[in-house]
Amino acid sequence: MELFFQQLVNGLSLGGIYALIALGYTMVYGIIELINFAHGDVYTLGSFFSLSVLTAVGIESEMHGLPLLAAIIGVMAGAMAFCGIVGVLIERFAYRPLRNAPRLAPLITAIGVSFILENIMQLWQGPSPVPVPTFIPDPSFTIAGVSIEVKQILVVGLAIGMMLLLNLFVYRTKLGKAMRATAQDRDAAQLMGININTTIAVTFLIGSALAGSAGFVSGVYYGTTWFFNGFSAGLKAFTAAVLGGIGNLAGAMLGGFLIGLVEAFGAQYVSDQWTNVIVFSLLVLVLIFRPSGLLGESLPNKV
Amino acid sequence: MKFWATLDPRLKGIAVLVLLAFFPFIDRNAAHLNFLADAATFVLLALGLNIVVGFAGLLDLGYAAFFAIGSYAYAMLASPQFNVHIPFWVMLLIAPTITAIFGVLLGAPTLRLRGDYLAIVTLGFGEIVPQTFLNLSQWTNGPNGISALDAPVLFNYKFGLHTLPYFYVGLFLLAVAIIIVHNLQDSRLGRSWMAIREDELAAAHMGINTTKAKLSAFALGASFSGLAGVAYASKLNLVSPDNFQFNVSIFVLSMLVLGGMGNIYGVIIGSLLLSSLERFILPQATLFAHNLGFMNVDFSQFRFMMYGIILVSIMLFRPEGLFPSRQRKAELHVAEIDEALALQEQSLYEEAVH
Amino acid sequence: MSILAIRHLTQRFGGLVAVKELDFEVEEGSIVAMIGPNGAGKSTVFNLITGIYKPSEGQIEFNGAQIQGRSTSAIASIGIARTFQNIRLFAFMSALDNVMTGRHSRMRATLADALLNTPRARKEESAVRERASEILKFCGLDQHAHSYAANLAYGPQRRLEIARALASDPKLLLLDEPAAGMNPNEKSELMTLIRKIRDTGITVFLIEHDMGLVMQISERIAVLDYGEKIAEGLPDAIRANERVIEAYLGKPA
Repeated sequence: MELFFQQLVNGLSLGGIYALIALGYTMVYGIIELINFAHGDVYTLGSFFSLSVLTAVGIESEMHGLPLLAAIIGVMAGAMAFCGIVGVLIERFAYRPLRNAPRLAPLITAIGVSFILENIMQLWQGPSPVPVPTFIPDPSFTIAGVSIEVKQILVVGLAIGMMLLLNLFVYRTKLGKAMRATAQDRDAAQLMGININTTIAVTFLIGSALAGSAGFVSGVYYGTTWFFNGFSAGLKAFTAAVLGGIGNLAGAMLGGFLIGLVEAFGAQYVSDQWTNVIVFSLLVLVLIFRPSGLLGESLPNKV
Repeated sequence: MKFWATLDPRLKGIAVLVLLAFFPFIDRNAAHLNFLADAATFVLLALGLNIVVGFAGLLDLGYAAFFAIGSYAYAMLASPQFNVHIPFWVMLLIAPTITAIFGVLLGAPTLRLRGDYLAIVTLGFGEIVPQTFLNLSQWTNGPNGISALDAPVLFNYKFGLHTLPYFYVGLFLLAVAIIIVHNLQDSRLGRSWMAIREDELAAAHMGINTTKAKLSAFALGASFSGLAGVAYASKLNLVSPDNFQFNVSIFVLSMLVLGGMGNIYGVIIGSLLLSSLERFILPQATLFAHNLGFMNVDFSQFRFMMYGIILVSIMLFRPEGLFPSRQRKAELHVAEIDEALALQEQSLYEEAVH
Repeated sequence: MSILAIRHLTQRFGGLVAVKELDFEVEEGSIVAMIGPNGAGKSTVFNLITGIYKPSEGQIEFNGAQIQGRSTSAIASIGIARTFQNIRLFAFMSALDNVMTGRHSRMRATLADALLNTPRARKEESAVRERASEILKFCGLDQHAHSYAANLAYGPQRRLEIARALASDPKLLLLDEPAAGMNPNEKSELMTLIRKIRDTGITVFLIEHDMGLVMQISERIAVLDYGEKIAEGLPDAIRANERVIEAYLGKPA
């Protein structure tokens, strides 16, 4: 039973990371109906950036108290800014010219961008997994035989916090309203005076920044990063976004945590090597039987 | 020259292949021959994917899965692995059938999905299949793969390690493929694929069973990779999950994107270009750089970046590919055509008003 | 004899009732029109007939057999063809190819024929190409046979859609606003074409807004408003019908 709860905690932490990445996928898909293939690699960039900063500053061992807080906020903010900018640049140069092209064109382009990013990262840190300095203290506390680490609380808290902030932004600010309008009807939004280019750029900025934060978290949580992480994590996060209902923020969160749990329990009760198959089979099944996802609405075809 | 142009494209292709048959006697370089024999496999794959993506307009991002199934089919049915030894020539019929069946199995529930969702489903499948082969190690030897596969035998001549016979098998398979693909394109079925690509709803109103048509495209495309799988496995003498990952699917897709989706010969050229990029151009560039004194440079490390740059550049600057079918070029530049018409109308209007 | 019988047809989209308990019959060999203000549900009726939607309630009978809920391609194969309100040609196929595609349901070539390019398939292709050329000529489009559909002027495009629909040798032809955007010349050519089509034995059922055309060409008219049939009868009767006038022009102040 303890094992169950342990995996529950593990799954939620993993899920938090997927949720953060999934939010980016769902935001971008909601606004321009593009599956941003390169998003997973932006996530990896976040951990690579964090690695570089931590190494450059010379952080190697555990930290405590205020410096710890400063380090977390500083590095994470840096990763978010870095990834946000990368996301905006990708959108500007690779996707925007194709905004009116047949839908499969930007998808193929996104795959190309993904390949480019992965190759860059492979050259940056090499083809093998690289250790990331872990500076978050280990103490965990045990509740009912289950050990919960500070790191895990950080991940889950961060994911939930980000979603709440994002929700506030999307539903309470003018820019957020512009995003929702553009997602619903781009032409009408434009006629209302909304600057589409800016709105879409902001969407990418926020989505990529979230992926960057996930990258930071995953780097320091697992203590390792790898140039090819983004492919698998990205695909699973996309599964999460679809599972929850693509275009739906709460759905991305829900989906993320669910996929994290599926992976954790799958690893425990089935086997490690089958988790990918399980998750991707889930993707295929969701798309076949309920493409609108758990929280999405099924839209009828209009002729 | 004019005679050449009016010749049936099938005959043109066969003529080129017949000429190529003399190649080993002209160029004695074993590496070149080996390259062509391997490239033939990928041309087959590209032609097969072209049926799915180019003709029917269905984006398949997991094509390597069928390639894997075809190859493993050979590895399991023509090797000491299970002590089943079906002859190579029979496998050339069995493997495509097996992969076609899987094509139908995957396609039946998924082909009604929207374009980008279908793409993701095929991607998912493309991940599931090699991982499954990896995991079922009691049958597939896991990461080590299956080796010591049966060599093809023709009239008591056993193929063995020599490249030459594989080269001729490759030419033969390409000849068959070129004929079939042209036949499909010019047929009632080919026309229905084009119609579905243009406007699926209108196509249905022509009496076209769109589900069946898409399923045929999918199954036929998959059967080509079954064929390619047999050729590949028998020559390489090894199948392992590593050879069928996502990058292989994208590699083949890039051939279509580069060469010109839908255009049979464009696709063939695209395939040869990308194969030679990997096999010749990058290593040559590395050698060149070494000769210039840059000893640390290894351009083959930039392979994926190259593929990525090719995909992005083509999509941005020449989405119809290098050798587009006239139709595709027109389809993709319709905005420009419209603009020209709009400008024309505008100037006519202005003339009339003043 | 009714070639098409619509009984109690109702279509709901969520809370919206697009078509409400429609009863209507089309006599074989006639030219019948459905008119009504925009949004009255006319195109929805066509979409129901050709199987795009499955009706919430009611039946549609074609030559006595029930067709509601069947697939679009099946319905096209049994003899119902249509054109669309917003032209849906295969833009980057030639006019000839468009019409040849229209003949799909009358062709027998199978997958094996496709793969092997059998003599049977080749013969059939020739025959279809010839028939398609004939149809293009019938519709006055023979000089455009090899142009991309997208490059044709608007009038020829509308006629091409009709030609494509005729290619399947339909018994019933549904025309959705065939005269939209046409000048008077083109409209009178269209009327001639429609009569020519009817004279070959095909029943024509059209949706149209041009009252002049409708009154001149139709033998019977049904009027829809907010999804309900508010009048039906001969053109002169409809023209004078108060409810119809009200539906279009509103109640007198």
